[in-house]
Amino acid sequence: MTDRQVYLRRRTTNYLMVGLCGLATLVAVSFLLLVVGYTLIKGIAFLNLDFITQTARPLGEPGGGMRHEIIGTLVLVTLASAVGIPVGLLAGAYLSEFGGGRTGTVVRLVADVLTGVPSVVVGIFVYVLVVRPMGTFSALAGGVALAIIMLPVVARTTEEMMKLVPATCREAALALGIPRWRMIVSVVMPGAIVGIVTGSMLAVARIAGETAPLIFTALGNRFGFAGLDQPIAAMPLQIWRYAVSAYDTWHQQAWAASFLLVMLVFLISLLVRWITAKRYG
Amino acid sequence: MARVPGTSDVQAPVWWWRARFRRPASPGDWVFQTVVLLAALSLVGLLAAMALYLLDVAWPAITQFGPGFLTGSIWDPVQEVFGALPAVYGTLLTSAIAMLVAVPVSLGVAIFLAELAPRWLRAPASFLVEMLAAIPSVVLGLWGLFVMVPVIRDPLEQWLGSSLGFLPIFQGPPFGIGFLAGGLILVIMALPIITAVARDSLRAVPASQREAMLALGATRWEAISHAVLPYARSGIVAAAILGLGRALGETMAVTMVIGNGYQVTARLFAPGNTMASKIATEFNEASGDLYIGSLVELALVLFAVTLIVNILGRLLVRWTVANAGAGGR
Repeated sequence: MTDRQVYLRRRTTNYLMVGLCGLATLVAVSFLLLVVGYTLIKGIAFLNLDFITQTARPLGEPGGGMRHEIIGTLVLVTLASAVGIPVGLLAGAYLSEFGGGRTGTVVRLVADVLTGVPSVVVGIFVYVLVVRPMGTFSALAGGVALAIIMLPVVARTTEEMMKLVPATCREAALALGIPRWRMIVSVVMPGAIVGIVTGSMLAVARIAGETAPLIFTALGNRFGFAGLDQPIAAMPLQIWRYAVSAYDTWHQQAWAASFLLVMLVFLISLLVRWITAKRYG
Repeated sequence: MARVPGTSDVQAPVWWWRARFRRPASPGDWVFQTVVLLAALSLVGLLAAMALYLLDVAWPAITQFGPGFLTGSIWDPVQEVFGALPAVYGTLLTSAIAMLVAVPVSLGVAIFLAELAPRWLRAPASFLVEMLAAIPSVVLGLWGLFVMVPVIRDPLEQWLGSSLGFLPIFQGPPFGIGFLAGGLILVIMALPIITAVARDSLRAVPASQREAMLALGATRWEAISHAVLPYARSGIVAAAILGLGRALGETMAVTMVIGNGYQVTARLFAPGNTMASKIATEFNEASGDLYIGSLVELALVLFAVTLIVNILGRLLVRWTVANAGAGGR
């Protein structure tokens, strides 16, 4: 092989591989556009005010909406946040401020591993932990399941955000003679609050669409909110039940609900990105 | 028995306690430290409780079937005979399909994002790929069922069946729903995490690696394949492992497109089930300690497998980061 041929071969390989990498990126991004675009187009056609304010009509009648499911999802997410965010915040504070030793290393690994536990397993765990002793599926159980999924995510983002607070701020606070806990609560946490809030919002976005853990805990409820100790409806659950049904009107409802969920998740993500770009960009 | 000084049973807890609560300057400090420590330990407690509670409820099935649970292929709630092999097989097969497609594609995306893309394109393109992970699983399943499955049935499986039909894996009627659809939907779920971790480990490679290679007259690709990829090898392996962890446990999207069959077959077009989808489909209808116990044992197996996979992946990530921080090998 002449030098020229070697050169040509190397150059061709280079262009080919660079092109393939670009192509892979194009494919990945177009999958996002395909899924989101299709959901938005399909969903918006069936979305109207009735969908938000009305309850489900009997099978065969067109129209109707998902009021119960929307309220249910809001209740579940609120419950989960009320438990998951404070505990996650405190655990994150431990990891950031006292987590240098072996306990910190173990807790950090456990948090990462908990993030990877399949949500269906969390659902079964909460069924055994809450639903069986209570004797009924309940909003409470659904909230606990979602809180468990949220907890490690909030803990790890809080840790990362609190670690970004400069040491000079901490030292300045300690030099004033205040105790360490005051320094953490009054200096470090306010300094990291934007990051903590955005991290919590991402965790909310993640649990808002969770389905698998709700099947065995919240169950679903066709008759609206009936108390925290009763089964409760949720949008993702209803999307699933409608999707695997055989009726076109139900499929339409599933698309409309998916539209709402995707919009919710994307708006949160964009907002988070906007805030972080403004703050840290 | 001789004792090493300072390691007696009595001293160990005292030492542990002192190391963490070094003479707090104020009572507030002690309270605060205790509260945050308890919150942190609640994570550990949660993980331990998961293992114990699942084990407890699965116990009737464990004692009844023993290790045969994993090799039996009959699932008969009426006769109360439960074998998990088809579900385990379904999980492994769909995850294998997903990895086969997702790892090369994600690696390509990661290389593009970390090495090749112009600077202005990096942030928005990374954001779009990360948004894939934000799509709720059930929405992806809905899309898979009504958009992807028809495409898989008609052009893809028809074409595979007619041109490569001599291979056993491409035989049988093209249903659309089945192992292949389950595996392909998992590609979309595993892609963002593999890309993110692989991209970060590529970015951790020192610039001097690339510069040295380029200074020798190498092309861009030669620099990447000879100097960058080998350096980031362990990070890329970790990325694949974490993606596998995601694929193994994914539930809703797979449940909706895999077709609820229960069989061990090489035919990719056939309907099947994974451990996660079996639990999601049947748990609410299950009755009796043995039936529920068997489903919970499936969850326990899934829990154990994802636990091992994730610990492995996370340790590898940590090791990679530590190595990069220390200036590499």
